[in-house]
Amino acid sequence: MSTPAITIEDPIEPGGVGQEVMRQRQWKVLLSATMHQWRSRIGLVIFVAMVFVALAGPLFAPHSPTQFVTAPNSPPSSEALFGGDNLGRDVWSRFLYGGRSVLGMSVAATIIGVTLGLAVGLTAAYMSGVTDEVLMRISDVFMAFPQIVLALLLLTAFPSSVILIVLIVGLSHAPRVARVIRGAAQQVVERDFVKAAEAVGEPRRRIIFGELLPNVTSPLTVEFGLRLTYSVGLIAAINFLGVGLQPPKADWGLMINENRLAVTVQPWGVLLPVIALALLTIGSNLLTDGFARAAIGIDRGGE
Amino acid sequence: MATAERPPAEQPATAVQVRDLKIDLVSSGNDIVDAIAMEVRAGEVLGLVGESGSGKTTVGMALMGYCRPGGKVTGGEILIDGRPLAAMAAGELRRLRGGTVSYIPQDPGTALNPALRIAVQLSEMLEAHKGQTSAEDQKARIRETLEEVALPNDDEFLRRYPHQLSGGQQQRVAIAMAFACRPHVIVCDEPTTGLDVTTQARVLETVRDLCHSHRVAAVYVSHDLAVVAELADTVAVMYAGRIVERGPRDAIFATPRHPYTRKLLRAVPDMAGKRAVVGIGGHAPLPGNRPTGCFFAPRCDLAIDRCREAFPLPTEFEGGHLVHCYRAEEAPSELPTGGETQAPAQAGDVVLSVEHLNGHYGSAHVLHDIDLEVRRNECVAVVGESGSGKTTLARCISGLHANYTGDVKLGGDRLAESARKRSSQARKQIQYVFQNPYASLNPRRTVGQTIARQLQLFGGGRRDTGKRVAECLERVALSAAAVNRYPDQLSGGERQRVAIARALAAEPSLLICDEVTSALDVSVQAAIVELLRDLRAETGLSMLFITHNLALIRTIADRVLVMTQGTIVESGATVSVFETPSAEYTTKLLANTPTVEAALNR
Repeated sequence: MSTPAITIEDPIEPGGVGQEVMRQRQWKVLLSATMHQWRSRIGLVIFVAMVFVALAGPLFAPHSPTQFVTAPNSPPSSEALFGGDNLGRDVWSRFLYGGRSVLGMSVAATIIGVTLGLAVGLTAAYMSGVTDEVLMRISDVFMAFPQIVLALLLLTAFPSSVILIVLIVGLSHAPRVARVIRGAAQQVVERDFVKAAEAVGEPRRRIIFGELLPNVTSPLTVEFGLRLTYSVGLIAAINFLGVGLQPPKADWGLMINENRLAVTVQPWGVLLPVIALALLTIGSNLLTDGFARAAIGIDRGGE
Repeated sequence: MATAERPPAEQPATAVQVRDLKIDLVSSGNDIVDAIAMEVRAGEVLGLVGESGSGKTTVGMALMGYCRPGGKVTGGEILIDGRPLAAMAAGELRRLRGGTVSYIPQDPGTALNPALRIAVQLSEMLEAHKGQTSAEDQKARIRETLEEVALPNDDEFLRRYPHQLSGGQQQRVAIAMAFACRPHVIVCDEPTTGLDVTTQARVLETVRDLCHSHRVAAVYVSHDLAVVAELADTVAVMYAGRIVERGPRDAIFATPRHPYTRKLLRAVPDMAGKRAVVGIGGHAPLPGNRPTGCFFAPRCDLAIDRCREAFPLPTEFEGGHLVHCYRAEEAPSELPTGGETQAPAQAGDVVLSVEHLNGHYGSAHVLHDIDLEVRRNECVAVVGESGSGKTTLARCISGLHANYTGDVKLGGDRLAESARKRSSQARKQIQYVFQNPYASLNPRRTVGQTIARQLQLFGGGRRDTGKRVAECLERVALSAAAVNRYPDQLSGGERQRVAIARALAAEPSLLICDEVTSALDVSVQAAIVELLRDLRAETGLSMLFITHNLALIRTIADRVLVMTQGTIVESGATVSVFETPSAEYTTKLLANTPTVEAALNR
């Protein structure tokens, strides 16, 4: 791997001859090792393209997503590039509008889930004993429900809203993230620099976030990518099942549901959002996978 | 051992011959080792000495026709019993390994399969090389082999798993496996590094006896000069991938001629206390960064212009003593002595006192009624083998191990058990330096951040932090350039200096040094010991020095406490403990600690 290396010439020990240190900052090395893999490059291109479609799509939409422009389920024509949907709205415009909600909710849910999981995982690993047991057993209870079942249960019990969906998806991620982070942090807790911090009386909060957190950033990044992939799938599924966003909102998951009955006559209303969701998850997954592989190769516990 | 006493006129056959061996890194083409030449005759032990990164293990592995991934033999040849390894097919090499050339690993704990019984491991080895024999023959052979390494050979022992053996027993099983097929050549890769001195002495004796009685040529790879002096007939000293000096053991140790060998010997602690250890400044150059000319020139006091032009060819002295140095003939031939040893310091008031300390691990009682005292400006050493409880004691004192009863008093005030319950002042006064500098610094923080945090905790205000960090680094002889480095950009010795700087930043009255040099090379160890000695002389710091290395404390400690199985069996002034030990355990420890002097006098 031809990663560029910086050379440190100046000796720092008296009489030292200067030692070529074939290492850059860990993050730079990690990123460059990630980007040396084809999977990460392809993943990055796909992911960036899909994020662009989702964010900037509405700017290129020829019609409003709720405007009736053609006959229901009509095939592609001059006024509707990919035909009309079940109510005669422009499929292409609805597709360009429909990514924002999926992406925005997924990212928000992932941030909530990973942050919560991180806090729980680090605390459990550091405190060990009773605290660890209590936190992890509660996590186990949450993990006993499949994510989608948990989401459906809560969404049927409470009135659906964007914030509720985001919270539910985020919460359902948290125990899974916590388990991974706890595992990674347990190895860090054993190391002497944590004992050194305890010996000088560093506050617990500082040990958790100052000593442990920086040493679990690699698994954390991998978790973030993985959970983002799952969030996209889960939120699209919730919307598809009709317990999430409600019509006439333009949303990829909702679009699949609306147009699935006419899929043999007018496949575009289903195909476009399906392809978009697939690409978004595949792209972020490839990128995460590339990063994880690079991290295994490089991040041997910081030694 | 009748065969060992052959008449000197009869030259035994050369079992290993290495000519001009060169091994390169595949990725960059830089050489790891080059121009390696050596020969070992049957029944002879060659000590291959070098510090970490010198290429000694690479050479040892190459003798078995093996290169670690990333390396490739690109020049020279290795002959085993006169047959070149390079010409052998894969199957032939496989038969060679373990059969003709066998290997004793550094860590038997990982080299033995934890899921297989001892008998199964040994019989696998025999089956692979001797083919199918009857079960009785095999059993008899295994018993014989175990007896040779002084292990019990009853059925009960044969049924044990590796985890049911002690470290020394595990290593002797590994030795038994290596000798089981009656190899002609044996490669030992630091087989005693992880062992206590008592166990080490027994293992060394076993290896020596087996080599002599079975006429095996051994290559003993080690960083420990004292061990090599005990065992080897000839010695090759490696530095930065080259052999810099090679010759009979007595010539190398008594009249070393290469400046590196001489400096290395000065870094070895001297049990007789005649001289203080002196470190070697600087680093050994890594592959791809080695200078033209002699690789040692940048660190050599005797370097002349010629040394920087071309790598010196060997100069031969009597007895086949080869030295790769232009100035080998001028160099004084005897080992330098002198250098000031620690003058007994004026001890002041009691800083730390420990009374009736009993420590526990869960339900196990590991420390029994420990009493000790450290006075101002005094260095007290606690010596013990692994499992003696010395680290637990240090951790009780520093508040990292709270499960104890008894009193730890700092300046007369009793301290709480755990560090978290102690006052900030108490935590500031007692600072702890950990054994392994690779684990004791947060890899995601720069040196500057690590030390600045300590200053922030104990040093009062936040002004001038940058300047004060630089001062702290200066005290441990690191340049200010280290501030922005991360630990992974520093060598082991530099990291340990940073750890010491961090401890000193709190301006403690007691520094607990827990095996601070055991993870470091001997030259770096000497430099750290020098640093601690200077710091003591400058600041009047008290020290509690925890170690397993008896020789090391002779020159730095004022008083010694000898610990075994959680009790202190002897305590007293360093000189009297060394010269007139009263406890039987101390006598045994002293006798088993290998030293260059004792080996040469034998």
